Amino acid sequence: MKVVGISGSIVGSKTKTAMSLLWEEMNKAYPNAEHVLLDLADYQLQFSDGRNYLDYTGDTAYVTEQIMQADILFIGTPIFQASIPGTLKNVFDLLPTQALRDKVAAIIVTAGSARHFLVAEQQLKPILSYMKAHLVSSYVFAEEKDFLNGNIINDDVHLRVQRLIEDAFDLAEAQASIRTKKEAEYDF
Amino acid sequence: MEKYRIDPSKGMEFGIYTLGDHLADPRTGERISAKERIQQMVQLAQLADQAGIDFFSVGESHQPYFASQAHAVILAAIAQATEKIKIGSSSTILSTSDPVRVYENFATLDLISNGRAEIIAGRASRVGLFELLGYDLHNYEALFEEKFDLLLQLNEEEVVNWSGEFRRPLRNAEVLPRPVTGTLPIWRAVGGTPASAIKAGYAGVPMTVAMLGGPASVFKQTIDTYREALAASGYDPTQLPVATTGFFYAAETTQEALRDYYPHINEGMKKTNGQGFPKQLFAQGADHRSIINVGSPQQIIEKILYQHEQFGHQRYLAQLDFGGVPFEKMARNIEYIGTEILPAIKKYTKQGGAEQ
Repeated sequence: MKVVGISGSIVGSKTKTAMSLLWEEMNKAYPNAEHVLLDLADYQLQFSDGRNYLDYTGDTAYVTEQIMQADILFIGTPIFQASIPGTLKNVFDLLPTQALRDKVAAIIVTAGSARHFLVAEQQLKPILSYMKAHLVSSYVFAEEKDFLNGNIINDDVHLRVQRLIEDAFDLAEAQASIRTKKEAEYDF
Repeated sequence: MEKYRIDPSKGMEFGIYTLGDHLADPRTGERISAKERIQQMVQLAQLADQAGIDFFSVGESHQPYFASQAHAVILAAIAQATEKIKIGSSSTILSTSDPVRVYENFATLDLISNGRAEIIAGRASRVGLFELLGYDLHNYEALFEEKFDLLLQLNEEEVVNWSGEFRRPLRNAEVLPRPVTGTLPIWRAVGGTPASAIKAGYAGVPMTVAMLGGPASVFKQTIDTYREALAASGYDPTQLPVATTGFFYAAETTQEALRDYYPHINEGMKKTNGQGFPKQLFAQGADHRSIINVGSPQQIIEKILYQHEQFGHQRYLAQLDFGGVPFEKMARNIEYIGTEILPAIKKYTKQGGAEQ
């Protein structure tokens, strides 16, 4: 099981903090999972120009290849201007239309205010569905007041993160076993 | 149709195409050398020629897992090794070549082959070759459109005056040699969507359309759109041929065909396209409405005739060598085509042919 995390912004700290917590909890619960956490702030990604992802070079090639190899994707995103950041949308644009086929995607959202709660529901989930991901239906939402000095101080967020991880791994396992059974039935 | 060397009274043409992929056989993990792979393409063309197949073409690709960078050179070897079969490119990536050079090569190929050469010109689905050959990917569309226009002009006029953005102007330029019948059949390669089919229609050129997977009815829209665009531009759709291309594999039973070919398609697509081919979609290939021509010879005949009923196309091109298929399996496929599939297709599609 290969797990890839994306911290979807190049500015701010909340999404990175949330993804760090998620990674810590995942290491405790699933110490044997192969995992890569991609903080977009660490990479120079070019804008998508429509080419096959195999034709990119450098950081763009690295990031897209990691995502294409994933079984589970944890996507961390802030909310900018009532939507996901352009940096994260660009990552999706770099990939093939059905890039997330046979992959599980789980979402963690950070925002300045609770008014942004439905943004992921209405804007991020449709993208992931279009790209054929199996979605963990509930996501974790953490807002300004849940953070203090680079930590998440709301216990509820911690417990929700644990459940998100568990749900993602369970869903990935269930989907893999459905797929294995289905493919065996084809007999070719 | 005569301009494109197609005689509808003889029925739909059946061809074989290879992209020139150079991949390991997924069952053994072994990959033959590039030398062997290229010789294999020539031998496959010879077998196709002997089986009475109408057309054989080789694609151009400039990336790992391919051996067909110099596709025109491979086609020259095929021209020399064969007698009757028509030969062409599938496709020539015109955007990153000089149309004058392309025309010289294929006109020469036409003379070597005694009037059997054709060009199918396309834009490339992978784009590494832009950097390799020194072109700017930002001009992906403009490069092709300009060069394709020039290529068509070179075909029609022996003395050419031309100017454009991407190469020096031509002043009273004589482009030699000339093909056997004065012009070459030049087709536009089209991906599955109507958008580029419309361009082929507006330009009044024949279209070769790639069909990877899905029902025939979806691709019918592309062909209908093409013919509408032809008519809108004042061309007669009955005078411009349409060719379709796609995966092909025949075996004694449909199950055996699916089992045999699937690993090649799946592993080959991973390497060349970055993502495997879904098993579910491939399994649906058994349905007579699916565009994937994999199955028993009888089932393939039924599918191709169904497609012909939908499309009214003049040529079908089969891709049966993708992803390291062992040569004896390719040869077995050619045998099925020559002895069972081709005679049935011809019988039912020629003008005044037997009713189905």
